[in-house]
Amino acid sequence: MPTPLVVSDVAKSFTMHLRDGIRLPVVANVSFSIKAGECAVLGGPSGAGKSSILKMVYGNYAVDRGQIIVPYRDRLIDVAAADPRTMLGIRRDMIGYVSQFLRTVPRVSALDVVAEPLIARGVDRTDARDKAESLLAGLNLPERLWSLPPATFSGGEQQRVNIARGFITDHPILLLDEPTASLDAKNRDVVVSMIQQKKDTGVAMLGIFHDQDVREAVADRIIDVTAFSVPNGVAA
Amino acid sequence: MSDIPLLKVSALSKFYGSRIGCQNVSFELWPGEVLAVVGESGSGKTTLLDCLATRLAPSTGSVEYRMRDGQFRDLYRMSEAERRFLMRTDWGFVHQNPADGLRMTVSAGANVGERLMAVGDRHYGKIRATATDWLGRVEIAADRIDDQPRAFSGGMRQRLQIARNLVTNPRLVFMDEPTGGLDVSVQARLLDLLRGLVSDLGLAAIVVTHDLAVARLLSHRMMVMKDGHIVETGLTDRVLDDPQAAYTQLLVSSILQV
Repeated sequence: MPTPLVVSDVAKSFTMHLRDGIRLPVVANVSFSIKAGECAVLGGPSGAGKSSILKMVYGNYAVDRGQIIVPYRDRLIDVAAADPRTMLGIRRDMIGYVSQFLRTVPRVSALDVVAEPLIARGVDRTDARDKAESLLAGLNLPERLWSLPPATFSGGEQQRVNIARGFITDHPILLLDEPTASLDAKNRDVVVSMIQQKKDTGVAMLGIFHDQDVREAVADRIIDVTAFSVPNGVAA
Repeated sequence: MSDIPLLKVSALSKFYGSRIGCQNVSFELWPGEVLAVVGESGSGKTTLLDCLATRLAPSTGSVEYRMRDGQFRDLYRMSEAERRFLMRTDWGFVHQNPADGLRMTVSAGANVGERLMAVGDRHYGKIRATATDWLGRVEIAADRIDDQPRAFSGGMRQRLQIARNLVTNPRLVFMDEPTGGLDVSVQARLLDLLRGLVSDLGLAAIVVTHDLAVARLLSHRMMVMKDGHIVETGLTDRVLDDPQAAYTQLLVSSILQV
């Protein structure tokens, strides 16, 4: 298996057309790779561009320059240039993503939110729900909440739904954007052991963890994002 | 996922005299893919939809559709009869106003059954059973099957219109502001229903909407139109979270947060 994720010389800036087209540089010369079974953590202060890097890898943010290479169907695909259809396939089969906040859909139960990525990959609905149940149970989400839409859940409850949804598949690459931010110590430990299990099965992970204990427990390597910062206002 | 597109649109334009309806639109749509076309009133999105759905003849360009036998056919080189047959069987069209897509003075069951008869079903009992099943799938109680849609609420009418369109197992559905004019709670129910049906049936759909939240919920891919032109296309969440074009940034920044 080739290296699951190679990021080379990536740059990102925002052009604000509504504010006279000013250009806000975010990061430049971003280069790193992640091996199977490795968990790399993006380090650096808020605003350094950690989330932007995750979002570029997921195809959620456009990339100004550089390449993000992921193996997909016996080929190497550049996420930075992939067409939407390829990107959807990569998200279904290659890259999972646990975002900071859950985007809820009206009327869809927590259980179905979690099971959805498996069903999208063709797994039988009952099997997918069984797996969703065991994940939610493992994350100590009270059973009475499983059949309810998560819109009214607390932050920590929503986050656990989000984690379960991200971990339910066996995507070879998993992106984690502060998955433990609103969890108590007990559930943080659950997530740490879930990450450990993913490592053992060879999943390549790239994450953001502000919690130092979690970071020390899961990180094989810290990628210092300040090294990719752009000198004030002079985006190349 | 199939590697062959279902619809191929190239350089499609529609002019109303010297005024531009839509200009130079090209894209491909794959089975199972939901494409949202967004933009303000007058941006040309409904003109585009009508040109794709053969409701309005384009000035130039071509629209090719992959028939069930695997052959691509140019829609505007087919006979009128072939086009109508396609419309009634392999396609659906969900109008913003359900009264435009339903027959208001025949029963709900007949509204659904009519499309089945168009594809050759003749057995009354079977048609009625299928109609009942579909009413259930769009959450209309079975005891309303003999009522006319005139007696239905707006949300129910819209759900009935959806059942009428989907009963023949179409491969492609066009939707023009499918949730426009409905209360938010009714909208949420309809969106959830549409989302489920589209993914369960593996439908391809083109949804015209000015509501970016609807586009986010329903679509995989998005095209932003302004003054008849496409100003931006891409994955729906990419377009909404990192809009590149000035006009898209304006649209996205104009959304009211709740």
